[in-house]
Amino acid sequence: MKTKALRAAFPYTLPVMLGYLFLGAAFGILLSENGFAPGWAFLMSVFIYAGSMQFAAIGLMTGPFAPISALLLTLMVNARHLFYGLSMLEPFRRMGKRKPYMIFSLTDETYSLLCSVQPPEGVDKSWFLFFISLLDQLYWIIGSCIGAFAKGLLPFDSTGIDFSMTALFLVIFVEQWEKAKSKLPALLGLGITAICLLVFGSENFLIFSMAGILISLLLFKKEVRL
Amino acid sequence: MTPQTTLQLCITIAVIALATAFVRALPFLLFPSGRETPAVVRYLGAALPSASIAMLVVYCFKNVSFLSGSHGLPELIAAAFVILVHRWKHNLLLSIAGGTVLYMVLIQLVF
Repeated sequence: MKTKALRAAFPYTLPVMLGYLFLGAAFGILLSENGFAPGWAFLMSVFIYAGSMQFAAIGLMTGPFAPISALLLTLMVNARHLFYGLSMLEPFRRMGKRKPYMIFSLTDETYSLLCSVQPPEGVDKSWFLFFISLLDQLYWIIGSCIGAFAKGLLPFDSTGIDFSMTALFLVIFVEQWEKAKSKLPALLGLGITAICLLVFGSENFLIFSMAGILISLLLFKKEVRL
Repeated sequence: MTPQTTLQLCITIAVIALATAFVRALPFLLFPSGRETPAVVRYLGAALPSASIAMLVVYCFKNVSFLSGSHGLPELIAAAFVILVHRWKHNLLLSIAGGTVLYMVLIQLVF
């Protein structure tokens, strides 16, 4: 049952593999350029496992010791994960012992996969979802270790490889758009976030966007038919 | 190199790791399974995925400058490619790998 679920899950994780190997490697390279041994990249990717926050953490680790700033920055950068949990309350119900790991490993990319995939006929859904999450973190760990060991050895110019993440989100967006009975949540998400980005700037807009999306979804509850 | 001791670094990493896990776990702590989840939370759970993926799409473009440099053209061309190819073929890997390679070519060789 597990092997079958693993085999079914693997192809769905390929785009994340592509993105995480490269993004993870970029993180590892940056960390080792700041004088940290590869073990630190491994440690962080295993225990923190949050892409954008790990990049931000490099700044916290190279500056003076400031645990309170680290705490506040983490809460702000990762606040969007509150959203993800809310939409995974139901899907994670039946995850049993795997549930804590599913919650721990709920990154942007894993979340977007879990939102959009359906296990093939005859595959156990809990194990299927679990292996998607586990594979994703393995890619991230492997990528960051490769980067930490191999800085400066890449055989090609990888500038722009980070677009794979944008592409992944776009693909998921298209899939949800085609599936959605109501296009309103997607449109509200696009519009409010774009307006907040223009008004509040790229440093602070996420928290305002989230508040705006929550409020508008509640206001338009009658219009959104799911 | 860092001014922090190994112990201080470990504390910094532990704080970040715990705060990240806390944010991810909070909804599950507030609405434990076994108890009926309020209808409004279930509604949000159903409506939020498409809204938050839309938010992430915009988030990816947050550092693109549309008024200077290449005016965001490489990003827009590659994004349009991903959307059109995906609507046409619905092949995850083709859309993503194709869009990424196109973007890399655009920013390295064209713009």
